Amino acid sequence: MIAHEPGIDVVIDLSDAVAVLGSFPALAGATLSVNRGEIVLLRGPNGAGKTTLLRLCAGLIPLERGHGQVLGIDLKNDRELVRHRVGVIGHNNGLYGDLTVSENVRFWGRTVGATRAEVDAALRRMGLDGRLADLPVSRLSAGQKRRTALAGLVARRAELWLLDEPHAGLDATGRDELDQVLKMAAAAGATVMVASHELERAAQLATRQVEVVAGQVREIGAP
Amino acid sequence: MSKHSPRDRVTGTPFTRGLGVVILAGITLLIILAIFVSPADVNQGESVRIMYAHVPGAWLAYLAFVVTGISSVAYLWKRTRSLTWDRIAGASAEVGVLFMGISLVTGSLWGRITWGTYWTWDARLTTTAFLFVTYIGYLAVRGLGGTHQQRARRSAVLALLAVLEIPLVHFSVQLWNTLHQEASVAGRGTDVEMDGLMLFTLFLGVVVFTLMYVWLVLHRQRSLALDDMLDDSGLDNALTARRAEAQGVAR
Amino acid sequence: MSNSVPGSAGVIATARLIAAKDLRVERRSRVLLNQVLPFALIVMVMFAFALDSDAVLERVAPGLVWLATLFSVLVMVSRSFAVETGDGALDQLRSAGVPATGIFIGKMLALMVQLMVLVALLVGAAVVLYRAHFSWAGGVLLVTTATAATCGLAAVGTLYGGLAAGAKGRETLLPLLLLPVVAPVLIGATRATESAFGTNGIAISEGWPWLGLLVVFAVLFSVAGAVAFGPLLDE
Repeated sequence: MIAHEPGIDVVIDLSDAVAVLGSFPALAGATLSVNRGEIVLLRGPNGAGKTTLLRLCAGLIPLERGHGQVLGIDLKNDRELVRHRVGVIGHNNGLYGDLTVSENVRFWGRTVGATRAEVDAALRRMGLDGRLADLPVSRLSAGQKRRTALAGLVARRAELWLLDEPHAGLDATGRDELDQVLKMAAAAGATVMVASHELERAAQLATRQVEVVAGQVREIGAP
Repeated sequence: MSKHSPRDRVTGTPFTRGLGVVILAGITLLIILAIFVSPADVNQGESVRIMYAHVPGAWLAYLAFVVTGISSVAYLWKRTRSLTWDRIAGASAEVGVLFMGISLVTGSLWGRITWGTYWTWDARLTTTAFLFVTYIGYLAVRGLGGTHQQRARRSAVLALLAVLEIPLVHFSVQLWNTLHQEASVAGRGTDVEMDGLMLFTLFLGVVVFTLMYVWLVLHRQRSLALDDMLDDSGLDNALTARRAEAQGVAR
Repeated sequence: MSNSVPGSAGVIATARLIAAKDLRVERRSRVLLNQVLPFALIVMVMFAFALDSDAVLERVAPGLVWLATLFSVLVMVSRSFAVETGDGALDQLRSAGVPATGIFIGKMLALMVQLMVLVALLVGAAVVLYRAHFSWAGGVLLVTTATAATCGLAAVGTLYGGLAAGAKGRETLLPLLLLPVVAPVLIGATRATESAFGTNGIAISEGWPWLGLLVVFAVLFSVAGAVAFGPLLDE
C-alpha cells in the first residue's frame, strides 16, 4: 500500500506553468490540478507538450515561469525532492537488459530500501512471478518489459505514476493487461497520469481526460 | 537597456573604444621597441625578439585560465549566480585558446631557432600544450547545447576540474623531467640577460597583451550576451506564437 | 553519509547497489571478458610489431602496459554508460531521485574492479611477451600502484563518462576530455612500474614517490567526482 501523507489530496497543482526545451516553450502556460487516486488521460497532438508536462511534474526539468506543486513540494525550488516519490516511464523502460526481471525489480526496490517481501509482492501484482521472473529482460515481449518497469514503480512505492505513451508497441492483450495494472495501482493509492493517443481506452481506463494543445491544458471532463 | 532589438546593438562602448585606441598605440610602440630599438641578446642574437610575443602570450594563456576558473566559481556559488559569469568564462576561454596557441607556436619557433628543436618536454611548454587541449575540450562541451543554465553549469564544473588537473599535470611533468637532462638545457636557453630597455619592452608587451585580452573578452562577452538575449527574446516571441496557436486550435 | 532525501536509500547503500548491479551486468554480458581483454591483448601484440626489438620492448614494457590500459579505459567507460543509456536507466535513476554521489561511487568501484582485472592480465602479458619480471618486493609495489592508478582512472573515467553520456559526438568527445586529464596517472604508474620491474636498473625504492603522486591524484579526483557528478548529470 502507498503511505498517505495526511491532508495532501491535491497531487499536482500547476498554474500558468512554462517549461522550455532549449529555447522553445514546450509548455506555454499550463494550468492543471490532479487529485490523489485519479487516473488522468493526457490527450493531444504530437508536439503539444504532453511529454514536457510529464517531465515537469516529475521534477526532471526546471519550471521556467509560473507556479507548480507536486505532492505538496514546490517545483521552482525543491524539484529534486519530488523525484523519488514519482515514477516516470517514457518510451524507454529504464531496465537493464542483461539482468533478469526479478533482479531489475529488486534493484529498483532497493533504491528506496524495499524488502524482499515487498519486491516479491510487486512482481506478483504485475503477474511477473513464476517462470518470467528469472528471464533476462532482453528476452521479454514489449508488454512484459513494460510491466516489469511498472513493477519497479510499485517496488519503489512511487505515489505518482507519469506514463508517456505506455501502450505504444503493445498488442491488444498487452494493452488490456496494462490498463488492469494501472487501475490496480490507482486503487492501491497511487495517482496515475497517462499521455496517450489511445482514445478508445479512455472510457475503460481514465477517470478524467485533459487535452494538451500547443503547450496549454484544457479540461475535457470525465469520459 | 537600449530600445533596439538585439540584432541592432553593437558591443562597443566609449570605454572599449578608448581602450582600443590605447591598445593600438601600445602595439605600435611595442613593435617599434621589440623589433627595431631594443638590443639583440648577447647569446641568442636577434632571435630573442620572439620573447616579446612568447612571454606575454604565455602569461595571458594562464591569466585566461585563472579568469575562467574564477568566473566558474562565481557562477556556481548561489549568491553570485548570473549568466554573465558564464559568458565571461566562455569568452575568456575562447580568447585564452588564441593566446595559448600563440604561446605554443612562438615557444616552438624560439626553441627551433635558438637550440635547434621544435619541442622540448619541459614542464612549462608541456603544461601549456595540455592547457590548450583541455580548453579545446572545454569549448567543445560549451557547444553541446541545452538551456543557458545547463551549458553554464556543465562548463563551470568542467573548468574547475581543469583547475584541478592542470597543476597536477605540471607537477607530474616536472617530476618526470628531474629524471631527464633535457630540462636543464631548456632552462639554460631561456635565461636571457636583460638590460633595462629589454625589460621595459617585455613589460610593455605584457601590458599591451593584457589590454588586448580585456578588450577581446569584453567584446566577446557582450556578443555572447546578445546571442543569449536573442534566444530569450526568441522565447517571448515563441511563447506568444504558441499561445496564439492554442487559441487558433480552440476555434 | 545519511539519506540526502527522506525515504530514499543513502549514498553508501546506493553505491553498493549500483556497484553490485554493474558487476552483475558484466557477469551476465561478459563484455569485459570477451571484448575488452582481447582488445587490450591485441594492443600489446601490436606494440611488439611496431617496436620490433626485444631490448626496446623490455625497456618500455611498463609504459606499454599503462598505454594499453588507458586505451581500454575509454572503451570501458563508454560501455559502463552505454548500459545506462541503452534503455534510459540513467534517466530512471535520476528520475527516481537516487543520490548522484552514490551513483558515482558505485560505478567507480565497479569500474575499478574491472580495471584491476585488466591490469593484472596486462602485467601477465608483459611478462610473457616483453620478458618483464619482478621480485616479491616489486610485486607489492606493483599491486599498490595498480590499486592507486585504477582508482584514479575509475574516478576520472566515471566523471567524464557521465558528462559525455548521451551527448552528441560523445565517442570522440570522451577521449578528448579524458586523455589529457589522465596524463599524470600515465606518468606516475609507468615510473612506479619501471621500479617494480627493475627496468634499466631502477631500484624499487624510487617507485614509492610516484605511488604518492598516484594516491594524490586518486583522492583528489574521487572527491571531485563525488561532488561534481550530480551537477553534471542534472538538467
